[in-house]
Amino acid sequence: MSGIYLDNAATTPMAKEVIEVMTNAMQTTFGNASSTHQFGRSARMVLDDSRKVIADSIHAKESEIIFTSGGTESDNMAIMQTAIQRKSLGKHLITSAVEHQAILKSMKYLESIGFEVTYLPVNEDGVIDITDFKNALKDDTILVSIMMGNNETGSHMPIHEIGDILKDHQAWFHTDAVQAYGLLDIDVNVDHIDMLSTSAHKLNGPKFLGFLYKRDTIFSPPFIKGGEQEDKRRAGTENVPAIAGFAKAVSLVSDDEKKARQLKYQGFKKQIIAALEVNKIDFEINGTLSDDNLQHVFNIWIKGVQTEVLQTRLDLAGIAVSGGSACTAGNLEPSHVLIAMYGENSPRVTESIRLSFGKDNTDEEIAVFVTQLVRIVGRLKK
Amino acid sequence: MPDNSKTRVVVGMSGGVDSSVVAYLLKQQGYDVVGVFMKNWDDTDEMGVCTATEDYKDVAKVANKIGIPYYSVNFEKEYWDRVFTYFLDEYKKGRTPNPDVMCNKEIKFKAFFDYAMELDADYIAMGHYAQVEQDTDGIMHMLRGDDSNKDQTYFLSQLSQEQIQKVMFPIGNIEKPEVRRIAEEAGLSTAKKKDSTGICFIGERNFTKFLGEYLPAQTGNMMTVDGVKMGEHYGLMNYTIGQRKGLGIGGTGEGNDPWFVVGKDLSTNTLIVGQGYHNDLLYADYLEASELSFIAPIDRFGNDFHITAKFRYRQTDVGVTVHLNDDHTEATVTFDAPVRAITPGQAVVFYDGTECLGSGIIDAAFKSLDKGSKQLQYV
Repeated sequence: MSGIYLDNAATTPMAKEVIEVMTNAMQTTFGNASSTHQFGRSARMVLDDSRKVIADSIHAKESEIIFTSGGTESDNMAIMQTAIQRKSLGKHLITSAVEHQAILKSMKYLESIGFEVTYLPVNEDGVIDITDFKNALKDDTILVSIMMGNNETGSHMPIHEIGDILKDHQAWFHTDAVQAYGLLDIDVNVDHIDMLSTSAHKLNGPKFLGFLYKRDTIFSPPFIKGGEQEDKRRAGTENVPAIAGFAKAVSLVSDDEKKARQLKYQGFKKQIIAALEVNKIDFEINGTLSDDNLQHVFNIWIKGVQTEVLQTRLDLAGIAVSGGSACTAGNLEPSHVLIAMYGENSPRVTESIRLSFGKDNTDEEIAVFVTQLVRIVGRLKK
Repeated sequence: MPDNSKTRVVVGMSGGVDSSVVAYLLKQQGYDVVGVFMKNWDDTDEMGVCTATEDYKDVAKVANKIGIPYYSVNFEKEYWDRVFTYFLDEYKKGRTPNPDVMCNKEIKFKAFFDYAMELDADYIAMGHYAQVEQDTDGIMHMLRGDDSNKDQTYFLSQLSQEQIQKVMFPIGNIEKPEVRRIAEEAGLSTAKKKDSTGICFIGERNFTKFLGEYLPAQTGNMMTVDGVKMGEHYGLMNYTIGQRKGLGIGGTGEGNDPWFVVGKDLSTNTLIVGQGYHNDLLYADYLEASELSFIAPIDRFGNDFHITAKFRYRQTDVGVTVHLNDDHTEATVTFDAPVRAITPGQAVVFYDGTECLGSGIIDAAFKSLDKGSKQLQYV
């Protein structure tokens, strides 16, 4: 497909190295990793090797990695299983107003069956206040789930501080690292993280695959029940070729590569801002340009231009950006993240687009994007 | 074939067969076709299901099959403010409004049109059974759809010249069975989809119940014009002139003739009923209309002219003499022969042969008497 893809926070194209590994695994390693014959054993070996690569990437043990169908399942599992297992210790959970719906909807469900949830507000930078967090924390809090980096603004939550506060508290600490994994260095021990969700397709791996890291000292019964895969913690035959691809995708983002990507995306932002300023486009950044952020996400308020119109015009010009999530009838829903940051009456809620960069984007593509954006905004404002 | 690839046409796709075929035909003709689905009403039920979801899925299937991009736009607020509010206001006045006429005027050919222009459209295209034709002076005229069963000019009659300048009706010259045949041949999944019926936002739901959610129904007396009480009504808004069903009167009065609504008296909240389909009180000789709107200039007619008209959708034309006021905003329309059940709030739509000239909104109907005249229906 031709066109310029600037929606990498939604999903990324698979890396060619990943496709090679997967194609090979599909041809040679079709066995069921639970089978006790040579075909099973060869699949088991690929599974074990992959798990090692992935565990190392966040400084976890292999036994702490549970493969799942992706970020949503990992988030659901972390929240639901904690609530079920720990309800005798308390009914209070803490999260933030800007989490992914996989977290928020799980929390809403728990509220409907008698749990109590605190949704921490965020400031205009999109981050929670650590004092708010301390004030919200109670003796009987059983889980804190705060995302590592936000998918709409790239804002980076104070994960280390939260982990530090919680290390001597009964509450388990879960973080949704779906966007951050592959861009930030993650060490679950340094940050005292008990559970962490990821998704393979956000870092050029296959879709419908992710993992939940769960600290060994934490026990909980399986969320998906059935066979004894994943040490009885997640039933269902493992998708070994996809898991091999996931491990490959992870191995492609060395610490140096992460830094290089963050710098590259920061460069794109500077390029875009400079061009918008030269062309006198009236705009503001949603969130901040902090070096700490996930640099692949760039959310811009183009003043006076409706999101729907701009996103559609860009699409018709061959450029894919995000205008937010659509409801089942295709209409864009107002972003709960921008509402949490700026209030529901802010024009930012209806006049913003999100760009998200990937490893394959080039300066030339960004230049084409800016040219088209300037042309379209100029025509709409005429 | 001319090169149409540089001409962008934004098609209003509802998820029905008509607009599906419109998009298909335009794509066949090489236009740069963009499908846009309008969501004008939120009817999400307790289970979270809304008809818009299903319709949008059909749009997606058809658009993907044809190979065009498709999008969705939300006009719920515009629809509420410009159509639904008017709809309720008219009912409060005891009239029977036609929201589809208003929807075309305010939403499909205004809000949607403006949106399409923001998408750089050269034209919008709709699945209405109507036709447009440009004369040598560049003026657009609206003609009836070739399928006389389906002709929808009644609903488009309040559009202005400006509103139809950049409009295409690609199936206006095709008959409905042929439209379905084209859809089937092209493998469009909507080929056999049932036509939507009723007012768009009410759909298949119970009309009285729906209306009752927005307007409190006040029960009152059901009387004959001579003041004989025949029963009780459950809110004037739930009745329309000429209606027979739901009165609950039987076996009384002269003979066994059924009873009909012949009028409403808002001041006393009385429903006036009369016996017989051809009850004299149901037949008017002329009407008064306001909100007159003409699609193309009508200078050729002067202020008094004889043409044909319809007083509701799918009625056969009646010969009428129109007398316009000086600024062409109001008219008195006299019928060649008495017409039954003229209903205030509906449109009186004017035709000159196949051309739809425009329309007005009916305010009152009258019967000519030997001396002067008498307003019917007391509304």
